[in-house]
Amino acid sequence: MIRKTRQHLVQNEGLLFEQSSPGKKAYQLPALDVPEVNPEEALAGQTRDGIEGFPEVSEVEAIRHFTRLSTYNYAIDLGMYPLGSCTMKYNPRVNEAVARTEGLAWAHPYAPIEHVQGCLEVIHRLEAYLAEICGMDAVTLQPAAGAHGEWTGIMVIRALLESQGNPRKKILVPDSAHGTNPATAAMCGYEVANIPSNDKGMVDVSALAAAVDGDTAAMMVTNPNTLGVFEEQIHEVARVLHAKGALLYMDGANMNALVGLSRPGDFGVDVMHLNLHKTFSTPHGGGGPGAGPVAVKSHLAPFLPTPRVVLRNGRFELEENLPQSIGKVRAFQGNFGVLVRALAYIMAHGGPGLRKATLDAILNANYIRKHLADHYQIHAEAPSMHECVFSDDKQSPHGIRTGDIAKRLIDYGFHPYTVSFPLIVHGALMIEPTETEGKQEIDLFIDAMKSIAQEVVDDPQLIKSAPHRTRTPKVDEVTAARKPVLRWRP
Amino acid sequence: MAYPENFRYTKEHEWVLDEAGTATIGITEHAQSELGDIVYVDLPKVGDKITQGASFGSVESVKAVSDIFAPCTGEVVAINDSLTSAPEKLNQEPHTGGWLVKVKLSAPEEIGKLLTAADYQQYIGA
Amino acid sequence: MLASIGLENLAGLYQHLPPEAVLNRDLAIEPGLSEYEIVDWFRARGEANTRFTSSFLGAGVYAHYRPVLVDTVVSRGEFLTSYTPYQAEIAQGTLTTIFEFQTMVCQLTGMDVANASMYDGSTAVPEAALMAMRITGRERILAAASLHPEYRTVLDTNARNQEMTVDSFGYDASTGLADLAAIEARLDDKTAAVILQSPNFFGCLEQVKAVADLAHKHGALLVVVFSEAVSLGVAAPPVEADIVCGELQSFAISPSFGGPFAGVIACKEKYLRQMPGRLVGQTTDSNGNRAFCLTLSTREQHIRREKATSNICTNQALIALMATVFMTVYGKEGLRELALQNLSKAHYLGSKLKRRFSGPYFNEFVATPKNGSPAEVNAKLAARGLLGGLDLGPFYPELKGSLLLCATEMNKREHMDIAAEVIGA
Repeated sequence: MIRKTRQHLVQNEGLLFEQSSPGKKAYQLPALDVPEVNPEEALAGQTRDGIEGFPEVSEVEAIRHFTRLSTYNYAIDLGMYPLGSCTMKYNPRVNEAVARTEGLAWAHPYAPIEHVQGCLEVIHRLEAYLAEICGMDAVTLQPAAGAHGEWTGIMVIRALLESQGNPRKKILVPDSAHGTNPATAAMCGYEVANIPSNDKGMVDVSALAAAVDGDTAAMMVTNPNTLGVFEEQIHEVARVLHAKGALLYMDGANMNALVGLSRPGDFGVDVMHLNLHKTFSTPHGGGGPGAGPVAVKSHLAPFLPTPRVVLRNGRFELEENLPQSIGKVRAFQGNFGVLVRALAYIMAHGGPGLRKATLDAILNANYIRKHLADHYQIHAEAPSMHECVFSDDKQSPHGIRTGDIAKRLIDYGFHPYTVSFPLIVHGALMIEPTETEGKQEIDLFIDAMKSIAQEVVDDPQLIKSAPHRTRTPKVDEVTAARKPVLRWRP
Repeated sequence: MAYPENFRYTKEHEWVLDEAGTATIGITEHAQSELGDIVYVDLPKVGDKITQGASFGSVESVKAVSDIFAPCTGEVVAINDSLTSAPEKLNQEPHTGGWLVKVKLSAPEEIGKLLTAADYQQYIGA
Repeated sequence: MLASIGLENLAGLYQHLPPEAVLNRDLAIEPGLSEYEIVDWFRARGEANTRFTSSFLGAGVYAHYRPVLVDTVVSRGEFLTSYTPYQAEIAQGTLTTIFEFQTMVCQLTGMDVANASMYDGSTAVPEAALMAMRITGRERILAAASLHPEYRTVLDTNARNQEMTVDSFGYDASTGLADLAAIEARLDDKTAAVILQSPNFFGCLEQVKAVADLAHKHGALLVVVFSEAVSLGVAAPPVEADIVCGELQSFAISPSFGGPFAGVIACKEKYLRQMPGRLVGQTTDSNGNRAFCLTLSTREQHIRREKATSNICTNQALIALMATVFMTVYGKEGLRELALQNLSKAHYLGSKLKRRFSGPYFNEFVATPKNGSPAEVNAKLAARGLLGGLDLGPFYPELKGSLLLCATEMNKREHMDIAAEVIGA
């Protein structure tokens, strides 16, 4: 039985371009208080008339357009996203309010530093908090997203090794890694070598020891790994790498399992990135903006991007003179508005509150694991941290795969979990509830998953053809890719 | 779907048909079925050299990219242009109209060492 | 909940961790604050910044009015708190707005296709350079000295570990425009792309066609970069370019100390497969109605893994939505009227000052102050509540003593009169 949703009317809405009529407008500029300039003369003839095809709608048409479209979206504000590895948690609205603080939102990055002391203090404080949370010595907030942070982190590793005379050749990546890890290594000029997982789903230390040599620059691990399992031998992994002069990089995608409980810097990590839009509650916004700070141990700090915010005699300054730095990875100081939101989240929780949130996230994942264990095949026997991974082994004999179950979950009022990842689990269902969800929503989710498990047996076709209750039924992604239509044309 | 007896096959799921020193190359029925709906095919240019065992192109489904490995060495003399506008041909007729390239063989002896239709069907468990 | 999973206390949740990995103290972060305390703390930080009545500082981050509708729309939880629209059936809102965004960027730039946005203008430039390298099979990039200096340093960082070399060409000391002879002299058969910003960092509108002809003669592509998107409301679109990339901050995105912004890449149809970043495409649902979905996603790095050709894994959907709402509010006539106001304001201010370059300019120009060094006149302006221009000396030693000044629709005539008087001509 579907308890969370029922169907209701949703309005249709055409594209802006189809609604336009000549002369309609939704703006009013002030009267020009200076002489009007002839553009043909001022721009030496390089001008255009109005932009062909641009919208012409009234203000109410504009607001209705976007409001109607918004109702076609699922969102955290409407319910749970059990998306493993994506950490879809509530986005506190105080974060939005403080990011719009006028003195911060209108600050210009090139204003002389005496005029932007408030912004620099925000950066300085967030760097300090993130360093404490990670157990690291220095943090850069410049990278614009997680993948950008990864790239920055590996660039920093390469710069350190180059300063020692040899950048080395390869980066080790576990077979359970996020796809961005090998991509990042390749972008930084490294070969990628895969390290198999052992039967507990953890890095196989003996395979690692055999693979590490003088050509190994670093290993990129995710901890907890993409199975949601804490790498119990992580200290040994670090020791094996460090003994050969290689570094340990940690992908912080799963940091929501660790904040306040365990610090990467304490278990041997040299460089890591964080995803502020995951662990630190900044909104996903339908796919960005994010922020991907990078935290390092002190021996890597000289290589971080320029400039660094420093506090000298009670005044914040920007230190540009860092000869070993990799340079800038993004203009200005990164996604400052996102940093403000993350700092507000940390301040709202405080040290003890952050730890409590972590434990709640772990509790929620284990509660789901326990209650679905009879209905779906749990992948690894090792205890789960903040997410749990099942396979579709019990459903595939009925012809139903993880992707089908995910689409059916939509009919029950939930966003799908993460499908078919990690790659090492055939037919994976990866579920991460986060600390956001209370028992009521989680029980609804468990009910939905159990009900679908029964439907798999009783009526597999119902699941194959899902979703059935959405405004937009199944979308033809194949034709979209075969015959790309990427813009509206009259 | 039958696997033609006059083709030779690779463990990477390509087929090759040698006709007097010019070989036609494609992917197998099994490969297209595993890949699902193919949406794009990336092929070499006429005149390019391909080397046995090395990737010479790729096929894409909605969410995956797969390399195509050369079953033999030689120079590309023709490509199947129709796949650009109709990649679905690879799904519909992988062993005929969905051929990928024709190659002037520089080492024809390579072909005889590839899998026979029977070997290949045993390999994929068909 | 604990009891139902067979645990007595929360410590049971992490008893399997190696003891040396468990932090046995609280984080050294003060206990949680109330909402009021948080708002108050950030308000105080806002006040620690200087608030100006009027700003003449542009240089890639422009003060434009933000229509109220923009925040009204992006504050809707259905947009704000939605995930990347992989599940098309429950993400048509985001997908439709991105499709509209792509369309409007094409209309704006004169290109055939545009992606769903990039991190920002600075990171779009190296992605465009890498794209040109993939298309041409060449490795050398020729970048204008008048490209935004931040964009250039980000390009240089990207070149560190890629097979990319970046060389420069200068500008004409009298016009401020790209030195065509220098481009011609430096172009060779290894050059993948010429990167030209227009309006350039000095605010001058470049001769795009002339540079395109030079690049194409040598088999190189032309990448045109923009940092002031409002200019495209009146300036001819760079249709002669092969790739256009830039920054949309001017479209209702707060300066916010430099981010988050939204970059974009657009290009000719034939280069689509080499373009990085997410794309939304039109298709149908199973009832035959129009629907949208993410498409051509095999170009993305999480699928390519070690064969990835781009570092871009995300877009800036919410920020791109701000730009989409902005373009909708102003629309066909409004963007032109807005651009004309910017042009008129800047030329009013420019006419009162000693301009360094004679090239045509949009809403920004380089001036040589009479009443002191750039730092001195900026200090005097600050004392009058005005944020002065950018001191170009640290970026261009040859332009020491020059100030990059900007005027937009938000600068009133009375403030421009004061600024002109303080700076002096």
